[in-house]
Amino acid sequence: MSRFIQNRGEHTEEMFRVIGVKGISDLLKSIPLKYQLKEDLDLPDPASELELQREFEGYADRNTGADKICFIGAGAYDHFIPAAVDHILLRSEFYTAYTPYQAEVSQGTLQAVFEYQTMIARLTGMEAANASMYDGASAAAEACLMAMRATRKQRILMAGSLNPRWADVVRTYLKRDDFEINEIPFLEDGTLDLEIAAKLIEGGTAAILVQYPNYFGLIEDLQPVADLIHEHGGLLAVAADPVALPLLRSPGDAGADIVVGEGQSMGIPMSYGGPYIGFMATRKKLARKMPGRIIGRTSDRADQEGYVLTLQTREQHIRREKATSNICSNQALMALANTVYLSLMGEEGFREVSNQCFHKSHYLQQKLLEIPGVSSVFADTPFFREFTVSFPVSSLDIHDGLMKEGILAGLPMVELGEGVMLITATEKRTKQEMDLYVKIASDICCGGGDQ
Amino acid sequence: MKTIFEMSSPGRTGSSLPELDVPVSSGIPEEFSRGKKTGLPEVTENQVMRHFVNLSTMNYHVEKGMYPLGSCTMKYNPKHFENLARLSGLSGIHPLAPEAMAAGTLEIMYKLADYLCEITGFERASLQPAAGAQGEFCGLMLIKSYLESIGEKHRNEVLMPDSAHGTNPATSTLADCVIVGVKSNEFGEVDPDDLREKAGPNTAAFMLTNPNTLGLFESRIEELTSIVHKAGGLNYMDGANMNALLGVARPGDMGFDVCHLNLHKTFATPHGGGGPGAGPVTCTAELAQFLPDPVVIQNKDGSYSLSKKQNSFGRLLAFYGNTGVLYKAFAYIRTLGSAGLREVTENALINANYLKARLEEYFDIPFNNGPCMHEFVLSGDRQAENGVKTLDMAKRLLDYGFHAPTVYFPLIVHEAMMIEPTETEGLEDLDAFAEAMISISRECDEKPYLVTDAPVNTPVLRLDEVQAVKELCIVEPPDEEGQ
Repeated sequence: MSRFIQNRGEHTEEMFRVIGVKGISDLLKSIPLKYQLKEDLDLPDPASELELQREFEGYADRNTGADKICFIGAGAYDHFIPAAVDHILLRSEFYTAYTPYQAEVSQGTLQAVFEYQTMIARLTGMEAANASMYDGASAAAEACLMAMRATRKQRILMAGSLNPRWADVVRTYLKRDDFEINEIPFLEDGTLDLEIAAKLIEGGTAAILVQYPNYFGLIEDLQPVADLIHEHGGLLAVAADPVALPLLRSPGDAGADIVVGEGQSMGIPMSYGGPYIGFMATRKKLARKMPGRIIGRTSDRADQEGYVLTLQTREQHIRREKATSNICSNQALMALANTVYLSLMGEEGFREVSNQCFHKSHYLQQKLLEIPGVSSVFADTPFFREFTVSFPVSSLDIHDGLMKEGILAGLPMVELGEGVMLITATEKRTKQEMDLYVKIASDICCGGGDQ
Repeated sequence: MKTIFEMSSPGRTGSSLPELDVPVSSGIPEEFSRGKKTGLPEVTENQVMRHFVNLSTMNYHVEKGMYPLGSCTMKYNPKHFENLARLSGLSGIHPLAPEAMAAGTLEIMYKLADYLCEITGFERASLQPAAGAQGEFCGLMLIKSYLESIGEKHRNEVLMPDSAHGTNPATSTLADCVIVGVKSNEFGEVDPDDLREKAGPNTAAFMLTNPNTLGLFESRIEELTSIVHKAGGLNYMDGANMNALLGVARPGDMGFDVCHLNLHKTFATPHGGGGPGAGPVTCTAELAQFLPDPVVIQNKDGSYSLSKKQNSFGRLLAFYGNTGVLYKAFAYIRTLGSAGLREVTENALINANYLKARLEEYFDIPFNNGPCMHEFVLSGDRQAENGVKTLDMAKRLLDYGFHAPTVYFPLIVHEAMMIEPTETEGLEDLDAFAEAMISISRECDEKPYLVTDAPVNTPVLRLDEVQAVKELCIVEPPDEEGQ
């Protein structure tokens, strides 16, 4: 018997008696005999807690990339996480709780997520936010669907400088004959080609979806994009990096109508791609068009303040086929992680994280550009935390050479050129680590080292 | 309780970062600069801890007591698995790290996909869907891709019983399909005659939860799935109720072509107050070529890698799924093995049937023609005669220290209360819950106001949901300084 099951022989005998059956086979009789398994499943023998601990330590050890110095970004980032975040996440009261449909016994989750919604709205410069989506990519897809619902138009213009994996998710969610997605190419400096966008936009566009900063780390000027789409009666959807927002003009300020993004950078480990969290914020007038759960403040019968899931008539369990989305489970515990992280970092701390990402990535870029033959891919376009350079040798050689020294150099982007690499420096990277990166890269570029 | 924003005082911080160790660069160009505050709170670490711990005490949770939530499978979440998923080698790996340097995670993912296929009787799996609803979308996209590949793209109807979960119709809409309702018969099962009538040249899929949302196994399942196949459609199983079938029966053997699993239900990963879950999909070999990108494969040398397929219908998430959740579900299957999984289902069935037996004298139980599977549905009709609604009884249960059951679902039962105790409750727990339910039914007769006024022993009293919609306050208003 497993350590999670209390019933023992004497209990089950008593229970069978009360039920009025002889044994388990009587309870299974509605399953046609031909479908009742006669043999055990082909699974490995059960492992004790100690054996499983050892087995898992083996898997962890085989993830040799986990203890390396990480300069890879491209949608997941190696940021510092204060210890207090996990202490809260490990409270059974939060992590073993169900979805807060029974508001009277779920005020902890509900208020925490209300605070999360507030933080997301403030960071993005918007007036409303939902309780989370699966990840940034699916949130971007849902933003497109929301814009199509709100405008009753069926075309999306998607920035060519959007994270390609996110673009794939958007295409998957919008894969219908009556929907159209067009891509806005980017110019030589990496920013959007608005002349082409102006041509593509004619004849009914629901939204432009643009990443801020874009996939290459470049800071896009949102204002002209907002002006263009608004002139044509559509919405501006921005996929924003929350870590950049303490420094950058907020998307709301620049005219965005829907802001989505990936919240992994705010207190969530990289964990090989998940669980992460997508956030979504919008203007008040569009709040009722949002997908997903939303927490609202109200009062109880004694006039005490309290929180409930609200605007539920948008959701699948009420509206069924007419719901704004099929989403049910979201990433609530990750929203709690974001909330605790942002509370700890606070106004000053989060700006300092942002600031350090900015200056460290610029330091590394400058030092790499000093290596003979290394050039910037997108000239002088301002960037945040992440940048591309072109090495005079294959970026795969740089990648492999640095890997030998325990450094994950970045993401080679051969589609932009053989020597191109997308490189990230968060607040966790030290000057010493970056200087080592530059030295090794320099050796490889100049034909030194053991290449 | 005060919000974290109301505790804020300028200059406080809970952060501790090293000093910037590189020269300061020129900074953000003026035209891109935010130039104002974010509006995040300014509080210390100890304030943060006290705030969130105090909030946590207002939550009900699995370690406080029983959740008799039908179709949600609120079982115990083993503690060890939380530690395992947090091993730095597993939690600290970047999703774009070279595959050879993520070999441990890839091995877990490969094996987990294999185990889930074995458990469900299918050939291939995708671990990518983040939750059940995304698994449903994945399943319908597989079916649509397959139909298109055989020149049957026009098929756009999804057959669905009237007892289906809300995500089923919502997912069908997302997948650009039309819903065709199928009736239940007097036994609470899908009416085969109605299905036969509705299935036809436009049928893309039949979406069925089995056991269904009344907690009944569809005893004519062979007939149902073959009707759909004969009509040229495919069968999708919503695996929300898979806790009733572990090691006992497999959807792949019953004529289903694809199913999703809710790891946060059946495989003991925590609900997290609403997520993250995980909704892997398993399917037949025929559908496998369309699975979302990428999937984990094993190479000839025994190593593992991520593979893209030519015919994939696309991608559901930026990366590969809720990996941290997958670790815990893998640990669960490794802990239990085949016999342990069967034991889960057997005890889930025993517990549900025991509770049903204890309550049938006091409540109406529609479609009660024999044993149920892992859950059953009561009706509050009898109590409604005293002016007490099912919602009131649900709220009164909170006063007795239990979570409420799933109420007003499935839609085909009036004043429904759907009860699923799960296998991790014991006889004493079930008796205590039964006593509470019986006591409430007495209150409905004798002192109904106790029930209609409930809850009174909770951190807040019944909340005004209408006011929440009318006055719509979903973010804390900015303070005087603005944001």
